[in-house]
Order: sequence, then C-alpha cells, then structure tokens
Amino acid sequence: MAHFEKANSLNEWLDQRIGVNTLKKVMQSEYWIPKNINFLWAMGMVLAATFGILLVSGIFLLMYYQPSTDLAFDSVNYTIMTEVGYGWLWRHVHGVGASLVFLIIYIHMFTGIYYGSYKKGRELIWLSGMLLFVLFSAEAFSGYMLPWGQMSYWAGMVITNLFSGGSLHADGLVEWIRGDYVPAQAYLSRFFMLHVLLLPLAIIGAIVFHFGTLRLPHVNNQEGKEVDFAESARLWKEGTTESRRKSEVIPFSPVFLSKDVFVMGVYFILFFYLVFYHFEFAMDPVNFDPANGLSTPTHIYPEWYFLWSYEVLRPFSTDLGLIAFATAQVIFFTLPFLDRSPNVAPANRRGLFHLWFWAMLADMLVLTFMGKLPPQGIWSTIGLVAAITFFVLWIALPIITKFEKKL
Amino acid sequence: MSSRRDFMGMALGGFTALGGIGALMAMKKTWDPLPSVKAAGFTTIDLKDAQENVLVTEKWRGKPIFVLKQSKAMVEKAKKAKEMDRLIKIGDDHFMVAVGLCTHLGCIPGYDSANESFLCACHGGMYDGTAMVTKAPPPRGLDIPPFTIDGTKLVLGEQGPEYKKMLADGTTLKV
Amino acid sequence: MNKELKILGIVAAFTLLLYWGVEPFAHSQMHKHVEGHGLVYDGTADIEEASKDKKEVKKKFWSEVKEIAKLKGDATAGEATFAMCAGCHMDGAANMGGVTPPSLDHAGAIYDKNFLIALIKDPAMATNVDHKYPNGDMTHPMGSITTMVSAPQDIANVVAYLKAKKAGEVTPKEAFTEACGRCHANRYGKLTQLGEIPKTKSNIKTNQDIDRMKYDQKVATEQNALAEYLGKLPPDLSIMYRARSEHFLDTFIENPQANLKGTAMPRTGLNHEGFEKVMEYLAETGDPSAPARAMAGPWVLLFFFIFTILAYLWKQSQWRDLH
Repeated sequence: MAHFEKANSLNEWLDQRIGVNTLKKVMQSEYWIPKNINFLWAMGMVLAATFGILLVSGIFLLMYYQPSTDLAFDSVNYTIMTEVGYGWLWRHVHGVGASLVFLIIYIHMFTGIYYGSYKKGRELIWLSGMLLFVLFSAEAFSGYMLPWGQMSYWAGMVITNLFSGGSLHADGLVEWIRGDYVPAQAYLSRFFMLHVLLLPLAIIGAIVFHFGTLRLPHVNNQEGKEVDFAESARLWKEGTTESRRKSEVIPFSPVFLSKDVFVMGVYFILFFYLVFYHFEFAMDPVNFDPANGLSTPTHIYPEWYFLWSYEVLRPFSTDLGLIAFATAQVIFFTLPFLDRSPNVAPANRRGLFHLWFWAMLADMLVLTFMGKLPPQGIWSTIGLVAAITFFVLWIALPIITKFEKKL
Repeated sequence: MSSRRDFMGMALGGFTALGGIGALMAMKKTWDPLPSVKAAGFTTIDLKDAQENVLVTEKWRGKPIFVLKQSKAMVEKAKKAKEMDRLIKIGDDHFMVAVGLCTHLGCIPGYDSANESFLCACHGGMYDGTAMVTKAPPPRGLDIPPFTIDGTKLVLGEQGPEYKKMLADGTTLKV
Repeated sequence: MNKELKILGIVAAFTLLLYWGVEPFAHSQMHKHVEGHGLVYDGTADIEEASKDKKEVKKKFWSEVKEIAKLKGDATAGEATFAMCAGCHMDGAANMGGVTPPSLDHAGAIYDKNFLIALIKDPAMATNVDHKYPNGDMTHPMGSITTMVSAPQDIANVVAYLKAKKAGEVTPKEAFTEACGRCHANRYGKLTQLGEIPKTKSNIKTNQDIDRMKYDQKVATEQNALAEYLGKLPPDLSIMYRARSEHFLDTFIENPQANLKGTAMPRTGLNHEGFEKVMEYLAETGDPSAPARAMAGPWVLLFFFIFTILAYLWKQSQWRDLH
C-alpha cells in the first residue's frame, strides 16, 4: 500500500491517485507544438470534433432506427424525419458529417504529404492515420447500408461482389460476408452491428493510437525544420515575454488550442450552413427509393469520397480492375517507404516531388469526376488515362525521390 | 498571464455552454414519447351493449381496462358499502371502470362473477364489484383511468368533470 | 497571415471544384434534359415525339381540341350532360377496368381546360397513352365516354360546367387524392388507393382487428387490379419529393412519356394551381422538417458566428506576444 497524505484540494486528491498534474503536463501544458504552423495543423482537432458530432447524432438515430429490411426505410424516412423531435436534425447532421469528415480527412492527408510529415520518425503517424482512413471508409460504407434504399442495396450488392475476386469466383466468400445469396436481413443486421459497435470501437482505439504516435516525434512544422524541443521548452517555461518570443514552441493548451477552436468555429459555420440549407449533396435522391432487389437504378455510383478508387476499378477488365482497386486501397500506406528522399520539407522546395504532389492531387480529382459520370465515350477514355496515370505516379515516386537533392 | 486572456477564454467557454444547453434541450425532445404514442393515449369505449355482471376488458395505453356493468343487486351492495362514488353513471346504468392492474404490484386480478369479486393470483389481494379492495395486500381499490362521458361512450385519456371530481375527493389516484 | 489566407484560398478552390465536379456537373451529364411546356396542353410535345404514322392523327386531334376550346360553353346545359360522368365519377365508385374513377369535385380548379376537352374527346390520346391500345381490341377504361359525350358543343358545355361549379378552393391533400391518389398510395400521409386509412380497433377478446383486415384486403384487391391494368403497381409517393428533382416531377407530371418512354402512367393534365397543390402535398409528406429547419437554421448559424468571433478574440489574446 502506497503512502497517501491528506489532500488539501480536489486537484491534489486526484493528482495523488491518477496523477492529473502529470497528465495535464503531458497532454496539454507541456505538449509542445511548433509556432511555425498554419491552420492546416488544426485539421486533426476538426476531425476529432466531427467524429464527436457523428457519435452524438448517431446515438440519437440509434434510438429509433430499426435494423430490419421491412422497417429500416420507414424508420429512417418516416419515424425519424416526421415523428421524432429533432430527428431530422440528427439525420442531416449525421449525413453531412459523414461527407465532411472525408473532406477533412483528405485535406489532412494531403497536408501530411505536402509537408513531408510521414517520415523520419513520423512513419507510425502516417500508418495509423491510413488505418483510420480505412476504418472510416468501412464505417461510411456500413452506415450507407442502413436506410435500405436503392443505393444502399445496390452499393451493398456491388461492393460485396468485389470479394468474389474476379475469375477466382470466390462466391462462397461473398455469401459468407452477406449471410445470404443477396444482401438481405442477415446482411443488414451484421452491417448494422459493424456500423454501431465494432467499427466505432476500432475507430476510437485507432484515434487514441494515432494521438499516441504523435507525442514523441511531435508535429511537423511549415518549414520541416528540426526543432530543439528541449531548449525551446526551457525558453517558454522561463516565462518572460522575451524568452517566449525566442522559443520556437507553444504549449498545446491553451495557446495552440485557441487557434484550433477558432478554425473549428469557421468550420462549424460551413457545417451547419450545409446541414440546414444544402444537405442534398450528402443524401443521394436515389436512396429515397426503397430497396428493390429486382430493379437496378439507371445510375449507380458511390458517395463522392470513394469515387477515385471506384474509377481506378472501372476502366479495366474484371481481374485487372480488382487488382488495381485493391492496390489503390493500400498504396497510400506505402508512402513513407516509397519516398526515398531524406528531406522533410514542404513540397515546393523538393524539385520534382513538387510536381508529383500536384499531379497526384489533380489526377485524383479527375478520377473522382469520372467516377460519377456514366462510363461512356470520352468519359471512359479520360478515366482510363487517369487510372493509368495514378499508377505511373506511384511507380515514379521512388525514382524521383531517390535522385532528389538533399536539402 | 494577462487577465484579458482569461476573460476571453471564459467568455468563449460560457457561450459554448449556452450552445450545449440548447443541444441538450433538443436531445430531451428526441427522448420524448413520439406523437403517435401520445395520440394512441385516447381510447373510446361504447358501453351500449355491456351486460350486467359480465366483465369486459379493453386496452388503453397498453394497460388492461376493466368495465363491469353493475346489476341492481350490485348497486345495492355498493350503496351499503358507501362505494357509489366509484361507479360511473351513464343514463340509468352504473359502471365500474378501472385500470385492471392490482394496486399492490401490478398483476391482473381475475373476476369471479358468482361472488362478484376480483382475486389477484399473485399475492392474494381481493376486490369487490366496485373494484374496492376487500383483502390486503393491495393498499387501495383499483385506480380509475381519466375519462369523459360522451353519450353512451366513454373516452379514456380525457379528464371529464366526473373524473375530476373523483380525483378531488380522493376516490382514485391519478394514473 | 497572408500566407494562411493564400493556403485557405487554395483549399477552398479545390473543394469548390470538387463539389462542382461531383454534383452540378455530374448531374447535368447524367440525366436526359427534358424541356417543360409550362403545363400547357396543346399537343406540341405529343406530335413531336409521335411515330410517323401517328403524327397526322395527333395533329388532327389537337387541332380539333383547339376548335372546341373556342366554343362558348353553357354551364347549365353542361350540368345535365355531366350526369353521365357522375354515373362513374361518384363517391364510393367501384374499380372499372383496373382503376377507380377519381372524384371530380375540384376538377375545374386543378385541371387544364384544354386537357379536359381532350380527355372527354379521347381519353387515351389526351393522356398520351394511346400506344397501349394499338389495335382497338382493348379500350381505355374511360373509353366509353367517346360514345356518350361526343358533340363538340356538349364537350364544351361539360368543361364549362366543371370550370364554373367544380372549381372551389382545394387543399393540397384533396388535389393529391383526386389527381394522383387513385393509382399512387402515400403511406406517410396515411393514404391508400382507396383514400384515407380508417381508424380501426382490435377486438379485445380475439386480439384481431377485423375491420383493418377487411380494409387491407380491399386495398390489396384494388392494388392487384391496378397492377394488372398498368403492368406494375405504381410507386408510393410518400417521399418522391426527395427521390426526384422538382424539374423532373414538373416535366414528368406534364408529360410522363417525355421522361419515361412507354410508361403506363397517363398524363394527369394538372394546371399551375393543381401542380402547386400536389407538390405542396408531396413536400408535406416527403420533407416534413422544412418548417423546423427554416426556424432553427438562422439561430444555429448566429450561434456559430458569435462562437467564431469569440474564439478569434481568444486566439488573438493567446498569440499576441509570441512573435
């Protein structure tokens, strides 16, 4: 039994037992963030906030949602939208949030790529972040099944069919995933379970891990400069205006947090503008037709955030398309290892890599556009070229970074 | 640490709390019973065809409702026991209308028409023809649901003057 | 600061480009563009899209309609003729040839005059479903009207009567029931093809709701007759308001064939008032949260504006002495 003194305050009482002061130091007051950053560094907290919003709105939707193929559609579109007090608010917040969380994830990812924040000790940050991307994708897909509209059903049909592996004909695997020959009750129930329990648990775990990977290497800065954190921390703790100006770092809380919160405020204005006045983009009209296993809608396409990888699949023959698709899903994991340059610097100072960055961004944008258009005529050709470009860029990456001049 | 900095931090915190209260109010509304549930809280019972000393069970808000038309002898008995307040008079007929859940712990008592009495099988509580308790453990007679009289019909869920009087003089507790 | 604004500009530009590509641009490419005719029924579209052998027939038909429209109708005489219509179009009408004749209580208010004339003259032509009756071995359920009311003046009189006496104030729900509700249910509005679902109660002894079962059976019979007649059961319209764009609904209601070639759906001939009332009802059942959104939206946005300003001031005070 450890020795405990009588505590003089609640804070002291807690500190004796769970070390709140140490925790505060590690997580807030002495968690050093470089000064030289811009608002893109706030995207992590924006994502955390969006996840929180999705969690809360999801809890209230869960109270009235019925995971049954007969009732799901009306429980969402009638009960929640008509009967439940503010049910419509939770649904629109959940739908818009699901779309925006991917917008911010992509911004967050490309920020990391631009500033080289995935190497020299920061590999695990990148890998855990990519793990989160995959988990969020699974979460988004499983959630898309739940209203059991036409898009839910046919997205479920098409995506699960990917697991047949083309000419491998692993139909048994597809049936195992669905629990039926087609997406039906068993399928809806298990994707409901994935969406509201297993995947959120995994996401929460991965978020904690992602934060953990960040603590020792610290976040990167706008110049990719190696900061002497010990010296800068000493200067900050000295506490004079003079020394604080000289210090290259600020504590996470409250200084960095104050900027995070401001960025979040701007983001929330956009978020709630969309929730109240422009939610249609996040709720496809086709999904307002109830699921019908005997009639495929004229146009089916995934939500916008999956379009680029969908388009990588589409222009090729079945097997090649599946290989391309599977590769595209995991290729971003390999970024820290394919980038052979030791430079941690913004892309604009890295020669050819600068070009690579904008080419990749533009190519993914083109793939996204083509992914939604009907695969005919010129759109198919552009899609094919963009898909090939995507892989050429990845093959080129180790070569151009190998010959990159050391800064 | 300048005081202005603390002030702005606290102002923001306070304002955020205000928004939090708004969100909590929305959440409370979400948790409320649905309008369709509330609308189902009204049931109309037509008493025209009720027979003397034959127990009819209706459903109101998911609970069983006992309706028992009193025979002349039963009314006499009720008069003697000073339990006329518990009966509802419609035209020349008297009716016992009560929530069919034992006031002890909520089981449904069974009716014995030969003895004109109710017996709750769970813990042996007994009630007479006006649903007044005659044997413990139930603390009181069966509760009377809110009602209003509309011709020969009874609308359950609405508080009519007769029901309000019963509430006021303690004949029944509020259900 | 300037640098941050520049970065914000780049992020915003890419986001907007992304939005443009996957929403307005993609949708403009995906859907066939159908031009509306402003809910005017003069046969223009019908003649344009008709096959060669049908063109002349259609031209002739619509020019005759135009001639009848010029006649001055006598509402009083029309009332007498209308008795023939009322033989089928009455309360509690029975299903005839697949569909129950709709109520005409507000026909004068919600339907276009030219359309009504055309409808009496030749129901299949007017509703642009003549392709369903190619050889005359099957007739339109309302086909018998052509033998009952055929003289141009009689037609003009009946339409004048409808426009004068059956044109009272109409609610959105009535407009929907009369114009769409005989074929389309609206379960969120508690409507079946037989109208409003009656309130029934289960029998406490047997725990069965006999009245409801009888009603359901009647609905099933009606739906089966409709499906036999139209080839499939017309979809429930509860949230069609969100499943289709307003432009689609507008052009589709005006002329179903233009959007869905070969569809069994007849043109309903709604005029502006009728269309607006029907849309109002579709919005009521399909997007019931619109009023609540309009009420809460400005307050929530105001909250976040103030939140952002306070957060900015906090940030400024924290960062003031750092550089």
